[in-house]
Amino acid sequence: MSETLLEVRDLVKHFPVGGGVLSKKTGIVRAVDGVSFDLHRGETLGLVGESGCGKTTTGRCILQLERPTSGTIRFQGEELTTLPPTAMRKLRRHMQVIFQDPYSSLNPRMTIGQIIEEPLKVHAIVTEAPARAERARDLLTQVGLLPQHAKRYPHQLSGGQRQRVGIARALAMEPALIVCDEPVSALDVSIQAQIVNLLEDLQGRFGLTYLFIAHDLSVVRHISDRVVVMYLGKVVEIADRTSLYEAPLHPYTRALLSAVPIPDPKLEARREHIVLRGEVPSPLNPPSGCVFHPRCPVAIARCAAEVPALREITPGHCAACHLA
Amino acid sequence: MAVIPQTVDALTSATEPREGWRAAVGDFILQRPLGAAGAAIILLMVALAASADVLAPFDPLTTDYGAMLSAPGPGHWLGTDAFGRDVLSRIVYGSRTALMVGLGASLIGAVFGALIGVGSAYFGGRVDLVVQRVMDVFFAFPVIILALAVVAILGTGVGNVILAIATPMVPRCARVVRASALAVRETPYVDAARAAGFGHGRIILRHMLPNVMAPLLIMATAFLGEAILLESSLSFLGLGVQEPTAAWGLMLRGAAVEFAESAPWMAFFPGLAISLAVFGFNLFGDSLRDALDPRLRTQ
Repeated sequence: MSETLLEVRDLVKHFPVGGGVLSKKTGIVRAVDGVSFDLHRGETLGLVGESGCGKTTTGRCILQLERPTSGTIRFQGEELTTLPPTAMRKLRRHMQVIFQDPYSSLNPRMTIGQIIEEPLKVHAIVTEAPARAERARDLLTQVGLLPQHAKRYPHQLSGGQRQRVGIARALAMEPALIVCDEPVSALDVSIQAQIVNLLEDLQGRFGLTYLFIAHDLSVVRHISDRVVVMYLGKVVEIADRTSLYEAPLHPYTRALLSAVPIPDPKLEARREHIVLRGEVPSPLNPPSGCVFHPRCPVAIARCAAEVPALREITPGHCAACHLA
Repeated sequence: MAVIPQTVDALTSATEPREGWRAAVGDFILQRPLGAAGAAIILLMVALAASADVLAPFDPLTTDYGAMLSAPGPGHWLGTDAFGRDVLSRIVYGSRTALMVGLGASLIGAVFGALIGVGSAYFGGRVDLVVQRVMDVFFAFPVIILALAVVAILGTGVGNVILAIATPMVPRCARVVRASALAVRETPYVDAARAAGFGHGRIILRHMLPNVMAPLLIMATAFLGEAILLESSLSFLGLGVQEPTAAWGLMLRGAAVEFAESAPWMAFFPGLAISLAVFGFNLFGDSLRDALDPRLRTQ
């Protein structure tokens, strides 16, 4: 197995609810509650789960856009949670982000060229102004845009074009890791495929490592080497792509996968669907024991009493389930 | 996996779109005639101030004891004051004082207000709490009282009057800007700037400030008229611009106290100038707000 680039251990992020100047704290949202995983250099790790399961918050904590409540994040051997602000600022160029919404992720008052050149200037990657402009044009070409797009403003581009600009901006810093926070969810299906292909192509060219956050299981299956499944702030299963999609161990993963339609009406009609009962419980007041037990089709008494640990069931395939 | 290097969407909109500012000005005049009238008054005032040396028939400071308190007539179109100074010339030169104080105060107030507002929103938490409570203290005073207090501390004179008038504007600007900046702070492009490791100063000045300019501009324009009025008020109270500088409020003060009945032109024309200027700035400011606020935009 290759070198570990990122090591997340027991990551916890709690958001207080209420708790203004005069009012008391009324509760805690357990957005991320003890998440651990490793990310190896050069791989793509998919992070899936439904809305509100804490996958975006996990990404933001890794990028240090949110201060984690507890837990450790080691990136290239450095502990991020205790790093002083100046050192963190220098390190940031090695981990970049691509956002979900291409419409609000670019500063509307800056041209595409300025947006891409700014990090080159700030981090003194390219110090000469003409060379910076040249590098920006080169990056635009790399992501499938035209050099003359550098003079445009974001509102003059389409969603897919803007997402390409977002990718170029991330690439400008020559990062080792890119956190892709649902980079294709806001795009048309046809554009989604283009962006996913572009990301794969760039990974090959620049040796990038991706943490690919998404809720679209087929996209994740396509791009990921390994997949982490989250539910209500916890990791329920980690496995390489093939074993996760072919032999899921956790009942939640099985339910998720059964929700993916098969493009064959005969097969689809014969297939058994696992339909989960009820709603996702509130992260303000998560269930006791296994957080999935109220909706789990195979839950036993032990599930309500005891939190299942994430265990390695078969080599490289971990699940947090008493029955796995 | 092959990448599609230049896609259809990369090639569309390949022609450079042109910003039609001329069309925008034309639309503004057609759709908001009142605002255009306001703009015309402002332009007239700027023209007066710029060419005062050419336009004014007399020197505004020269006294002519042979023509004291003369009524409007062929020699002095708007009459003279108690020192025989030409009222028209003093009004023309007074537009310079009014514009200088108005623009100066608005600019200083807007700059400091914007920096405080954006900084407060960006840092958030305790910084925001403390800054906003300090602003609340400033808010507690009526504008004129606050301006008077600053003049009382700094003394009179054009420079100090500008600072005095800018002071009450700072908290008002800061509050409006903070509200917009709070929304901007949560946008992904600010997150992207933080994730790129940019410094606080760069994020505040390059990424947040340009995106809160619309409310700031409107505030500044609306405040211009008020600043002119405030300058006149301070001068009228004797705590603003000092004699013999030509200033509208000062002319009113000299006139209204003793000569309101015997020489009403001394008070009437500067009063009219103040009213017109404030009216013009307010009309323009209101229309500008309506034109720039998408929620108020018609059609």
